[in-house]
Amino acid sequence: MVSVEDVYHVARLAKLAISEADAEKFRKEFEEILGYFNVLDEVSEEVRPTFHVLEIKNVFREDIPREGLNQDLALQNAPRKEEGYFVGPKVVE
Amino acid sequence: MKLSEWRMLVEEQGCFEMVSRLLERIEKSKLNAYITVCREESLRKAKEYDKGELKGRLAGVPVAVKDNITTKGIRTTCASKMLSNYIPVFDAHVVERLKEEGAIIIGKTNMDEFGMGTTTETSYFGVVRNPYDLSRVAGGSSGGSAAVLAGDEAVLALGSDTGGSIRCPASFCGVFGLKPTYGLVSRYGLIPYANSLEQIGPMANSIDDLALLLEVISGKDERDSTNAGRKFEFREFKKFRIAVIKNMTAEEQIMDRFYDTLSGFEYKEIELPSLKYALAAYYIIAMSEASSNLARYDGVRYGHAVSELTSWGDYFSRVRAEGFGEEVKRRIMLGSYALSAGYYGKYYLKALKARTLIMEDFRRAFKDFDVLVSPTMPSLPFKIGELKDPLTMYKMDVNTVPVNVAGLPALSVPIGFIKGLPVGIQIIGNYFEESKILSFARMLVAE
Repeated sequence: MVSVEDVYHVARLAKLAISEADAEKFRKEFEEILGYFNVLDEVSEEVRPTFHVLEIKNVFREDIPREGLNQDLALQNAPRKEEGYFVGPKVVE
Repeated sequence: MKLSEWRMLVEEQGCFEMVSRLLERIEKSKLNAYITVCREESLRKAKEYDKGELKGRLAGVPVAVKDNITTKGIRTTCASKMLSNYIPVFDAHVVERLKEEGAIIIGKTNMDEFGMGTTTETSYFGVVRNPYDLSRVAGGSSGGSAAVLAGDEAVLALGSDTGGSIRCPASFCGVFGLKPTYGLVSRYGLIPYANSLEQIGPMANSIDDLALLLEVISGKDERDSTNAGRKFEFREFKKFRIAVIKNMTAEEQIMDRFYDTLSGFEYKEIELPSLKYALAAYYIIAMSEASSNLARYDGVRYGHAVSELTSWGDYFSRVRAEGFGEEVKRRIMLGSYALSAGYYGKYYLKALKARTLIMEDFRRAFKDFDVLVSPTMPSLPFKIGELKDPLTMYKMDVNTVPVNVAGLPALSVPIGFIKGLPVGIQIIGNYFEESKILSFARMLVAE
């Protein structure tokens, strides 16, 4: 069972503001979708998980300095900028 | 239009004339397949070609690029309000490769928002229409890239495939679309949805065109640490041990056409038992990775912003509520759920265990067979608005997601029409055996 509180909880985790009407709609859908996912309950705990399909480990490159983005380019898409910095919301109240 | 036909016409009429006509056609199009058209730059390149200044294996060829592939100086939106004004400052590896070979990037194609959908209906820029029936969808998420090929609005196209996003629209629009082996094509500059599943891949109107485009975009790139460092070169195969995967099915009329197509070939029928876990495993992995990947959209460094800078939690939550569409929110939230304390073992870890079983099933099958075949999609192209609830939509990916979970290559090949609508067959190969898939496809098409 999925409750409306569960939906608000994950919305908070995911940093998404949602309305009451949305919360109820998502609750119903989540219950159905998560119910479908239960098919995996029969997979044995003994099976080793595969995080990555290719057997690639520790990929390194030569540690050679190269050109990065300059400040203007890095800030080009920022909605707010000031004296070469990004402007964000206050972290401390 | 095939590449050979384009080259013949360019020979006769000149590249500038042909590109001008193509742009005119795009302007009048009803497909809604492009989000951005690169008019000036395309005409400039065409002129260069006519003067003999554009060189390379794709010189003067108009290529459409899916709008989640980063293009320097050209708006790249992922079909999301979140990125509707985003102008990248660098090129994706595949775009660098296209430019090195003289290709003309004609425009950026419409898609499901961040690749999350099977019909292109989740696009912030509106649905892509099927060139064979404007009341139906072109498939998704690379719906625009498939539609421009079928509608003669480009000669080649790039798509990306996380759970079928190249093969589904290829099937629905009657074109060829290949999802390469995981790691064959660099993902540098592909705006991520689910990193462990997705690959950029070629889409075209012929096998030869597809093979050429894959040769161009594959290869080593150290900026993608999951890149396998291999370059694809097409090699012709003549003999195949073929198996039909019996537990990948479709509507009866599609199955009839599917078996008709195979009638000249010798094949066995096999079942892969763990495929019953594939859809759930796919969606859990994809949603979990999406919830992490899309955490970057905070309205500070780029992307949609809201007018008032309040506290950070409130600001981010409002930016994301406004910037993301419903399906994206649904997947981010379900992914957060699957990864949250108390559920990680039940969902995410279980999905990764199921992935092991699915890979083992495929590994066993490839001991006895070279290619595995199935219908690409369980149904013909849907009417726009036909699929109402999310789970019904997810279930349409049942035949396409297993190869993404396993990292295998797979191709959708058009096998004619039912009631005027295209049908596709899916050919799955072993890791890095794209040449076998393409060779077999060539025989199928010749039959």
